[in-house]
Amino acid sequence: MKVPFSYVFRNLWTRKLTTALTAGGMALVAFVFAAVLMLDAGLNRTMVGTGSAENVIFIRKGAETEIQSGITRDQAALVESQPQVARGEDGKPMASKESLVLISLTKSGQDKGSNIVTRGVSPMGFVLRPQVKIVEGRAFRPGSTEIVVGKSVHDEFDGVAIGQKLRFAQRDWVIVGTFDAGKSAFDSEVWGDVEQLMQSFRRTNYSSVIVKMSDVSGFEPLAKAVDEDIRIALEGKRERLFYEDQSRALSTFISFLGIFLSVIFSVGAMIGAAITMYSSVAMRTGEIGTLRALGFRQPSILVAFLTEALLLGLVGGLAGIACAAFLQTITISTMNFQSFSQLAFSFLLTFKIVVQTLVFSLVMGFVGGFLPAVKAARMKIVDSLRAA
Amino acid sequence: MYYLKLIVKNVFRAKLRSSLTIIGLVIAIVAFGLLQTVVDAWFAGSNASSASRMVTRNAISLVFPMPTYYRERMRAVNGVKSVTLLNWFGGIYKEPKNFFPQFAVDHENFFDLYSEFLMPDEQLLAFKRDRQGAAVGRKLADEFGWKIGDTIPIRGTIFPGTWNFTLRAIFDAKDETTVTRQMYFHWDYINEYLKQKYPRRTDQIGTFVIEVNDPSRVADIAKAIDAEFKNSLAETLTESEKSFQLGFIAQMEQIILTIRIVSFVVIFIIMAVVANTMAMTARERLTEYATLKALGFSPAFVAALIFGEAIALSLIGGGLGILLTFPLAKAVGIIAAAVFAVFKVSQATVLMQLACALVVGVAAALVPSWRSARIKIVDGLRHVG
Repeated sequence: MKVPFSYVFRNLWTRKLTTALTAGGMALVAFVFAAVLMLDAGLNRTMVGTGSAENVIFIRKGAETEIQSGITRDQAALVESQPQVARGEDGKPMASKESLVLISLTKSGQDKGSNIVTRGVSPMGFVLRPQVKIVEGRAFRPGSTEIVVGKSVHDEFDGVAIGQKLRFAQRDWVIVGTFDAGKSAFDSEVWGDVEQLMQSFRRTNYSSVIVKMSDVSGFEPLAKAVDEDIRIALEGKRERLFYEDQSRALSTFISFLGIFLSVIFSVGAMIGAAITMYSSVAMRTGEIGTLRALGFRQPSILVAFLTEALLLGLVGGLAGIACAAFLQTITISTMNFQSFSQLAFSFLLTFKIVVQTLVFSLVMGFVGGFLPAVKAARMKIVDSLRAA
Repeated sequence: MYYLKLIVKNVFRAKLRSSLTIIGLVIAIVAFGLLQTVVDAWFAGSNASSASRMVTRNAISLVFPMPTYYRERMRAVNGVKSVTLLNWFGGIYKEPKNFFPQFAVDHENFFDLYSEFLMPDEQLLAFKRDRQGAAVGRKLADEFGWKIGDTIPIRGTIFPGTWNFTLRAIFDAKDETTVTRQMYFHWDYINEYLKQKYPRRTDQIGTFVIEVNDPSRVADIAKAIDAEFKNSLAETLTESEKSFQLGFIAQMEQIILTIRIVSFVVIFIIMAVVANTMAMTARERLTEYATLKALGFSPAFVAALIFGEAIALSLIGGGLGILLTFPLAKAVGIIAAAVFAVFKVSQATVLMQLACALVVGVAAALVPSWRSARIKIVDGLRHVG
């Protein structure tokens, strides 16, 4: 005979304070667990959303990031003329030759500068990244010293409002617009005209060339042709993969921290659950005896107490997820160790994370409640009745 | 004496509950210690910096170089003792996961400025004489098992090609804050190569390191140097070495802040768990405390008993936690060697751990002791735990 579920539920309900405290502890653990997973998911979305499946990025062999790379004008022209590169309506190749520099800007509320990617793009640069949209002001005019700033830069840094000027490379650059890049890494960048930027920085080389393929299957032959042509000899990567690689170290760091925290917290929460359940068992000794005397078998008692612990875990998990959902409004901006520049990303709650967190909290409840439940089930009827 | 005995007996009366509480405490204290050490490790670079050194970089950002002829003009600035070159190399040894910092430096005077790196004179001489020579820190040499005379191939990411260096010197740390997980080689070697292949990139340097005569004048000298190059093609930004290093940390501020917050949350949660246990214990023993009072013991004695028990528990947990932190930190340091050059539990961390344990104990005992001390004897005796 099974112990009715309502009995289990009412047990928790009667001791509201203890239940709330224990579930609260578990909720905190579930919250931290979910938060870290969400951070990693958010970082991933940012990086994956930055690249596009049809685009290929070319950088110098051996370089890992665009900043380290250098591509001569001759090389860039040869890449553009490859047959796999898509052509626009006007017949021009859909390729953007870009130049990247880092400039130091000051975050609001800080006195030290943070590195910001400043990207010089060709007019085609906007076409190749349809996710980039001007949301305020206008785009820079080609051939001018005008720049536009990404949303995260606009929100988090000082002196980057429309109409303000940034001074670098002996020139004043007027900010004429803000763009939203759909939470991709471009949100943490400043864009300007590539030729103007290169001239001001006295550069002759581009940093990277981004091309759109007419057909996604064209990647292998394109990369091979560019790699083997001794006049070019550049490394081509799928844009999506390239950006994923860019944040690998940061992603590993977040995951590592997450696992570490979750393990430690969960042990704490399990101990909390175990203590609560033990005391709950101890306080209800007489009750357990009565139940047994009424004819409930040992396994039923075990299941009843385990269910109670699992319920605690479930409540904690749900509460944790609910709190974590609010994190989605927060954006974190930190230095990406690999590209050496600022990268903004936010928390992202996915269905997978919800399931993972719930399973995690149920496991916590189960492990915490197992020993006390065994203790409850093993009580001798006579002794426990007498204890009451 | 019997007071202490009573406390010890009380602690071990509910063995299971006490040991669970202690385990919880141990984990919290260890976690707190490790997280604090992680935060410390970020600051290792800035702690290792010297007050008499300044770093000059391009004002736009670190990735822009400056012409090397700036050096002569810097030397002429009043208060500057000597100037050396330092350029980030960013190469890869075999695989990207073997990350360690490499710098191309002016071999002639670099180690004069960095006197915290100790090495035998003949090794220093051998390093200076060999254009392809390299000097590495003890920690790095141990990690990859390098010996003097070994050839170390480094694949350049900023400077294309594979570069072969011959290990000529291994330096030791002067004290604990010195970082010895990096590699230095001749800037001249790189520059000569660039002259042949990329003439536009020659005679350019990422940073100048400047030694000053009087550390108290650092701010003035920095201003004088930057004024020297105002409105030139490469304007400079000069700051003390410490402030230069802190600049990197500031860029990761949000991550570090998160770790800091988390480490305090850990303590907070465990405090709740321990407090809960203490409250439970006190509730169950109300009758006992009433009996003690009926026998003539003062309320203060009862309160002290509860405090004693809580503090004893937290000290046992805290002590074990602190002891465990050291071997664990060592293990983490080995695993994360590529991320943290120095991973050492500082004395401040240990003291903070101890303080946290005590705070947990005291906070947990506050409410129960207050209640037990105030309860009327009759009510307490009637109370069924």
